[in-house]
Amino acid sequence: MTSAEMPGERFRLSMLIYDTRYRSLTIQVIALISFMLAAAWLVNNTVQNLAALGKTFDFGFLGTRAGYDINQTLIPYTNDSTHGRAAIVGILNTFLVAILGCLLATIMGVLIGILRLSPNWLVSKLAGTYVDVFRNVPVLLWIFAFFAILTDMTPAPAAFRGDNPSAQMIFGAVAITNRGFYIPWPVLAPGWQLVVGIFALSVVAVVAFGRYARARQEATGEILPTFWIKAGLLVAPTLLADLLAGHPISFDFPELQRFNFEGGGFIDKSLIALWLALSFYTAAYIAENVRGGIQAVSRGQTEAAAALGLRPNRIMNLVVLPQAMRVIIPPLISQYLNLTKNSSLAIAVGYMDARATLGGITMNQTGRELECMLLLMGFYLILSLLISSIMNWYDARVSLKER
Amino acid sequence: MAEVAFVRHEMEPPQAPPSGQVGPARWLRENLFSSWLNALLTIASVALLWWLVSHMLPWFAHGVWNAGSLTECRQIIQATWGEGASGACFAVIRERWQQFLFGFYPVHLYWRPTLTFFLLLAALAPVLVSELPRRLLWFSAAFPGLCYWLLWGGSLWVPIAIYAGFVVGHLAQRLLAAAGYGLVAPFAAALATVLWWLYLVGPVADAFASVVPLALTPVASKLFGGFMLSTVIGMTGIAFSLPLGVLLALGRRSDMFIVKALSIGFIEFIRGVPLITLLLVATFLLNVFLPPGTNFDIILRVIIMVTLFAAAYMAETIRGGLAALPRGQYEAADALGLDYWKSMRLIIMPQALKISIPSIVGNFISLFKDTTLVAIIGLLDPLGLVTSIRADSNWNGIVWELYGFVALLFLLCCYGMSQYSRYLERKLRTDRR
Repeated sequence: MTSAEMPGERFRLSMLIYDTRYRSLTIQVIALISFMLAAAWLVNNTVQNLAALGKTFDFGFLGTRAGYDINQTLIPYTNDSTHGRAAIVGILNTFLVAILGCLLATIMGVLIGILRLSPNWLVSKLAGTYVDVFRNVPVLLWIFAFFAILTDMTPAPAAFRGDNPSAQMIFGAVAITNRGFYIPWPVLAPGWQLVVGIFALSVVAVVAFGRYARARQEATGEILPTFWIKAGLLVAPTLLADLLAGHPISFDFPELQRFNFEGGGFIDKSLIALWLALSFYTAAYIAENVRGGIQAVSRGQTEAAAALGLRPNRIMNLVVLPQAMRVIIPPLISQYLNLTKNSSLAIAVGYMDARATLGGITMNQTGRELECMLLLMGFYLILSLLISSIMNWYDARVSLKER
Repeated sequence: MAEVAFVRHEMEPPQAPPSGQVGPARWLRENLFSSWLNALLTIASVALLWWLVSHMLPWFAHGVWNAGSLTECRQIIQATWGEGASGACFAVIRERWQQFLFGFYPVHLYWRPTLTFFLLLAALAPVLVSELPRRLLWFSAAFPGLCYWLLWGGSLWVPIAIYAGFVVGHLAQRLLAAAGYGLVAPFAAALATVLWWLYLVGPVADAFASVVPLALTPVASKLFGGFMLSTVIGMTGIAFSLPLGVLLALGRRSDMFIVKALSIGFIEFIRGVPLITLLLVATFLLNVFLPPGTNFDIILRVIIMVTLFAAAYMAETIRGGLAALPRGQYEAADALGLDYWKSMRLIIMPQALKISIPSIVGNFISLFKDTTLVAIIGLLDPLGLVTSIRADSNWNGIVWELYGFVALLFLLCCYGMSQYSRYLERKLRTDRR
């Protein structure tokens, strides 16, 4: 019987610290009070400082004219647009480089991770060196270095001129210059919606067919030649629609004019440098995740599958990868998050992402540091909470249901 | 009777394996040419290596160490190796290496950061290598103050007075505990220390300095740069983020709702925003949050932000280690009658930290790499220096030499750290695997 159950026990002040029943309460109250005091102190300081500087706290500046240009925009923007629109352009640019980066980093990372496990001694050493070199050097250095290479080691547009030019366009379509990449750009004639729509439909059909084939295989054991059917589904209807609509989608190729390339699309070198640097850097981490994930599948699984008579290819696809994915995906998603956060270094090469517009030029022009930083941090915070909730959802879905 | 025609009485000696199954030939076969795909990969790798080496070797061999500008470098290379030869211009590193190490620290005071660096090695040694006598840890504890004094200069009495705050707190606790107020002793000790730091450090240091002036020439923070700056920010961040991370991890796993909520809020907030936004807050906003008129050193502000940032990541790493421990360990600690802090210090933490060593060192490495971000807010760390050198008309257009040099130094430091973590893992491995 503990003293707690004794009737008539008097409460003494020292019990707040010595009695474990009350101690946690005491600590929590103290923690809460100190937190609130600290918060009040900060807010009070902020109010005083803002008053001393003659500043107010409002977001009205987002509706005023921005007055600066952005070199790469996804939506129409001029320097007459508002600061709010500039911020949206920046946010879209962040998404653009993040998505491009995630795609390339995944492809490279998976490839290098698999090469690292290759039985080929030379290849696995090379892949290992890649991982060590890219992981142990700051990402900012890679961004600067890729930008410097694109600036100083690529030809100027003038080098493409003349009968015997010192630089050549790749396949006559892509020009790599020290300003950026000039690429063919689609030109949409009436009827393009049909082609794009049919293509989207055929992608849906491919997915649906994949599911059907799998369900059928599980029910009957019959394996359909999925690859050829899928390829046909993907290509044939689109080609047919293209033919019927009279080739509504054509490409505009860049042409060298008097001073510069005209026509086609232009990708600023800052985007390319940032994209490549982030991808190469993150690919090294993804490669390690992939290697770790594949190695986490115990050898017994591979051996059991081999004993069942599966060929190496099938062992990989049916036994090892499904189990490895469970280990690979969560850190992969957190690498995506890291890549997105690292894209905030874009200002180093002059790429106008959210940090460079909202937390850079807009902040400097309007002097609204507090509001701009709040918005910027809020954006990144929401983004990362979103991504981590996706990760948690995936984790819960694929985690082993043991016990 | 059957006659046995032939019975072998001794074993035939085994035949030598075929030539393809021994020595280098076998190794080549198994490791490089085991299948068509592998052979192709090998050939591709060799081609890649050859391409790299054939471009880099002449570039290194033609390197010029004595020149005043990139144009001069190129002229020398053309003159020596013929038209169109490529070569490195290491002259820029020869000219600027002092800046890369010390930034714009006054040249006649270079001995101070140099001495600090060797003292840093001496202070790290007992922490890293447990075979050294434990008494050396006292020097490690004294090192931060010494480092501050040597690098920034000023009166030696200031760091001494700050250290004296700990002595004051300790004395206050001893006295109060002896007088029978053990209950309030820790709080009173903390209060005494803080009060000492707030009100008495300045006067006490001044008083001593007026009697025995032990001062070095002060050096302003804006002169700091190069790897010295990276090391100062990185090492301070590493030293403070680990204990802070441990506290945050314990807070996050605590049963107390409010403590837990505060820890989670802090950790998730910091992990959700990029470091660069925190550094921007340090540059533009910290003055707004602090009492009017406060304006403290930019390096200190950066260090605080980097430490908080690293601490949040560290907390998650250590939480992983704590979660990986079997419940039995916690229960055993309780069963021994240890209180919370004792069980953490003696039973839980040593094991949790051991489990998470690789990720902790990984955090250290990313912290050290992240110190380069200060280049964006205008401090002259190695990358900031590279940008300013490339803007110099003499060295405009130089790429590989500078970035390669900085990358190499970071590679050495970070690779060294990861190798140390492997050594530590091996040394601390107590289970048999």
